[in-house]
Amino acid sequence: MVKFVNETFIPARVHVKDDAEAFKRYGEQYNAHWTPTVLELDPNGEEFYRLEGFLPNDDFLAQLELGRAHMDFKKGKWAAAEKRFREIVDNLPQAEAAPEAMYWAGVSHYKATNDAGALKETAKAFTQRYEDSSWAKKASIWA
Amino acid sequence: MEIKFRHDVDTVLKEAKKQNKPILLDFSAAPM
Repeated sequence: MVKFVNETFIPARVHVKDDAEAFKRYGEQYNAHWTPTVLELDPNGEEFYRLEGFLPNDDFLAQLELGRAHMDFKKGKWAAAEKRFREIVDNLPQAEAAPEAMYWAGVSHYKATNDAGALKETAKAFTQRYEDSSWAKKASIWA
Repeated sequence: MEIKFRHDVDTVLKEAKKQNKPILLDFSAAPM
């Protein structure tokens, strides 16, 4: 997790007590009024992903990776996004974010190829794992 | 190994733009 954060982001922290002034200022700017709140900002300082509340390590890492993958997706970098989403499913399969990552991996592949088969395959994959997740329901329309 | 958190957010925002690198901004109450 540490390696991923240090390599992927410039990490910055504002502490509710020790940096009270900065916490208030940036809390207002980014609408963050509770701890922990972790924001992923693009290089222009625009928020693209938000995590609120504590998560165990693997779930936290999966959410951070999910956010980073969504940044690629929003920029239309379909192959890069799909790779990142699939890495979450492959490396952190028990994480809460894994079903969402599997859903968006399928969508990314579809966006890259315009092949509706990618969505159908994703729906099929959800019959074999994460079948009780809300993401399985969302993918069921593609079956 | 630890996360190398910076506390100078204004500078981080400028550097991120220059380096074209995303930022992880942590609003924390964890002991420092």
